[in-house]
Amino acid sequence: MTAYILRRLLATIPVMVVVAVFVFFLLRLAPGDPAAIIAGEDATAEQIAAVRGKLGLDRPILEQFVVWVAGMLQGDFGTSIFSNLPVGRLILQRLEPTVSLTLSTLLVAVCFAIPLGVLAAWKARRLVDRLVMGFAVMGFAMPVFLVGYVLIYVFAVRLGWLPVQGYRPLAEGLWPWAECLILPSLALGITYMALIARITRASMLEVLAQDYIRTADSKGLATRRVLLLHALKNASVPIVTVIGIGIALLISGVVITETVFNIPGLGRLTVDAVLKRDYPIVQGLIIVFAAAKVLVNLVIDISYVFLDPRIRY
Amino acid sequence: MTLVATAEDMQRIASPLARAATAIRRNPTIFIGSVLLAALVALTLAAPWVAGDPFRQAPVNRLRPPSEPFWFGTDQFGRDVFSRTVYGARVSLIVGFAVAALSSLIGLAVGLVCGYFKRIDAVIMRAMDGIMAIPSILLAIALITLTRPGLGIVIAAIVIPEVPRVVRVVRSVVLSIRAQPYVESAIAGGTRNAKLLVRHILPNTLAPLIVQATYVCASAMLIEAGLSFLGAGVPPEIPSWGNIIAQGRTFFQIAPWSIFIPGAFLAVTVLAVNMLGDGLRDRLDPRLARRL
Repeated sequence: MTAYILRRLLATIPVMVVVAVFVFFLLRLAPGDPAAIIAGEDATAEQIAAVRGKLGLDRPILEQFVVWVAGMLQGDFGTSIFSNLPVGRLILQRLEPTVSLTLSTLLVAVCFAIPLGVLAAWKARRLVDRLVMGFAVMGFAMPVFLVGYVLIYVFAVRLGWLPVQGYRPLAEGLWPWAECLILPSLALGITYMALIARITRASMLEVLAQDYIRTADSKGLATRRVLLLHALKNASVPIVTVIGIGIALLISGVVITETVFNIPGLGRLTVDAVLKRDYPIVQGLIIVFAAAKVLVNLVIDISYVFLDPRIRY
Repeated sequence: MTLVATAEDMQRIASPLARAATAIRRNPTIFIGSVLLAALVALTLAAPWVAGDPFRQAPVNRLRPPSEPFWFGTDQFGRDVFSRTVYGARVSLIVGFAVAALSSLIGLAVGLVCGYFKRIDAVIMRAMDGIMAIPSILLAIALITLTRPGLGIVIAAIVIPEVPRVVRVVRSVVLSIRAQPYVESAIAGGTRNAKLLVRHILPNTLAPLIVQATYVCASAMLIEAGLSFLGAGVPPEIPSWGNIIAQGRTFFQIAPWSIFIPGAFLAVTVLAVNMLGDGLRDRLDPRLARRL
């Protein structure tokens, strides 16, 4: 077990190396002079030279890479071109809203989607099933910003139940914090819910066709017990896998959701950095997001061992 | 069992209309998806005749709610949201189809090579894992940051994160086909690698590839709209659905139609492409269909 976790941990290193190399050389291999592009269209020669010096672009390329990676390993993600603040600190400042939004979306999506999927599988080919599957197909097509604005329009502008936009830190109290997260979590969670509900249904259908489910049923166990204990537990491996795959969806969606709901998180930081061409921030954020995704996948892989004792490494 | 065809059978074979009806009944999703898409393509092509000038500003008509003569209302510059939405469909369709075609071609080539040549496989798949670890919209944003904005750049920036997904699909098919006895016997018979790949392996990858391409198309349309919405997509003067929505943000509370209408168009288009994909999957790739 420990050996397996170690092996999986080691396997994440090449992936992160590829990400780092890719992000690094993207800037260097882009057509034209990166310093000129970052400095903007009407920059003077001195401004371009200043950017070049700040990014270390005047040094040999391998040296730049080593310096950059060594810095990151010590927690130094470089310096923002515009604010001159360390990128690491900027990211840390914006971490809370994004982590809150991601976790609340995860919670909302899982809490809605798994019961829906179980229900659809249990009532397969009946009306409930068709409705759930219809929702799943629609969910895949819904752009996050459309869902976001519809929710804002209905629940904030028309009904006035929830705040229109913005974010309140957890330190200001549980309800103000939660209140701001309800609509964004629903908007961001729609596609994710569709994905989880669909897999839950498919996985449950497969398990429900097994002999031991018929046995459990025919010996008179309560339906709820059969569904949740006998079936869902055995159907959980694909569900957990897809929850992990969906994290990527969530991270991409966070950038858009934070813009729709005006949440000052990592997504807003990314968009602002892109619009100002503050490349060190973009670079740092890509590394952080990719690392988050790789870590989640690692946790998912390890969780299989606990979910299904038959899986051994 | 009789081998004599009944009159009814003959009639069914003879009438193309009846055959089409059967096909639609068997696969309604393909039908609905293609009809919706065809309607959108037709609307886009007919844009100069059905829609007015999408750029014409008329301050007198600012923020008009949907009514005659502005079916979908106007935005804060008095521009007709209907015209802009119709012209915006062009961008989404071009991006969707271009990204689907390009990433399928590149993904097919890379996937074939990876699945067939073990040594190259290890290296390329690590690179693909790395690209897949970066959320696609972020990767596209980063690529666009580094260049001047334009439609071509947006397409390229969406193709790069989509390629690994196609490669994975093609590669997995190649790996399973390679182990088939008929391929082994072709190898034993001295068939050259190139011929083996093209004649014996490639045709098997096409069905899953087409299915994957429709999903890539749908995802590309969503990513493009997202990029434009964030201000990192096609230049703001081009009316794309994402741009219309981005420009509608300021007056959202007074004029929600300039967000809801292009948004609904995008949702329906993506839905149509996905339905087409689901239908094709059920028809072309029954193994995958059973799993989902």
